[in-house]
Amino acid sequence: MDKNLKEQILRASGVNVLKCMRCGKCSGTCPSYDEMEYHPHQFVYMVEKGDIEKLMNSASLYKCLTCFACVERCPRNVEPAKVVEAVRLAAIRQQGNNHLTPAMIPDMIDEDIPQQALVTAFRKYTK
Amino acid sequence: METFTYYPGCTLRTKAKDLDTYARSSAEALGIALEEPSDWQCCGGAYTTAKDEIATKLSAVRTLNAAKELDRPLITVCSACHNVIKQTNYDISRDEEMASKVNNYLKLAEPYNGETKVYHYLEMLRDVIGFDNLASKVTNPFKGKKIAAYYGCLLLRPSKALAMDDPENPTIMEDFIKAIGGTPVIYAQRNECCGGYITMEDKAQAAKRSGAVMDSAKDHGADMIITACPLCLYNLKKNSGSDLPVYYFTELLAEALGLKEDNNG
Repeated sequence: MDKNLKEQILRASGVNVLKCMRCGKCSGTCPSYDEMEYHPHQFVYMVEKGDIEKLMNSASLYKCLTCFACVERCPRNVEPAKVVEAVRLAAIRQQGNNHLTPAMIPDMIDEDIPQQALVTAFRKYTK
Repeated sequence: METFTYYPGCTLRTKAKDLDTYARSSAEALGIALEEPSDWQCCGGAYTTAKDEIATKLSAVRTLNAAKELDRPLITVCSACHNVIKQTNYDISRDEEMASKVNNYLKLAEPYNGETKVYHYLEMLRDVIGFDNLASKVTNPFKGKKIAAYYGCLLLRPSKALAMDDPENPTIMEDFIKAIGGTPVIYAQRNECCGGYITMEDKAQAAKRSGAVMDSAKDHGADMIITACPLCLYNLKKNSGSDLPVYYFTELLAEALGLKEDNNG
């Protein structure tokens, strides 16, 4: 396991994963639960165990909606979305690993789509 | 007339002109001039929570600092801008390392450390103008209309940074609805996510989320649903499969104040 990667993710997220008591409330309240292979509580304990590679390669990274429901509702103030964000950044910061490219945009949009959707998707999916 | 600094953001200049236009005309009618800073940039749409992200936080800091230099509060209206700007402001006032890196880069006349007071437009209505005062200026009330307030995710959370309302039992939009003469509808999905930017790559998920919101509002008897967010409006209108009418809250505000021709009767 890559200890540096774990350290980097912990530092970037600012999250103390040891505070998690595994109640699962974060995953229970996650609007993307059904679409995720790994759920918010799994992000927290897999990072704690250093089991990060699977998360880095999972489409779950791009299913988080940044709605902050898990951050708000965690009874221990663990803030799981910040862990998801830190792992996603580690993934898309790899050369050539952007999840979205400008060439993909024309097929994704229609006349009414707000600019907000595009800028947010680029912010979440690319570096 | 009092003047506040106003940040429209990217979408209010383009696809969400109604959100912007009626925000401005209504504010003026209520005695507040909204003035844009001379030079602003898009907020980026989503706050990057990672502590090692600095560049993605700069545009929000520039806007906050512009308001500080003018010595005026900053008004936001789009839920996403509101979220990004308030989270940036919260973090820069508490995270010394972030503040130091941001200020080292920006080289402002005076370092920015979170001094600006930020109000969402709804907070301005509640805290500056007052809902009672607003109600007294309504000439065209939404009498008998059952209106569902849709908060979504970005207006309220994370509540420690946004400090706008109770994140689980909010009242600000319902109080707004009462002030313009309507009847608020309380429903389970009012503070759950519409799917947001997932509409770009997963229409099915956006349909599921926005459909759940619309069905919940309709099941509770809503005649219409209101939002402060252009992306919520898009998802609720285009992806939900529901025919419940969706409006920006500023459209209803302008209509109630007699500033917009429409058919609320």
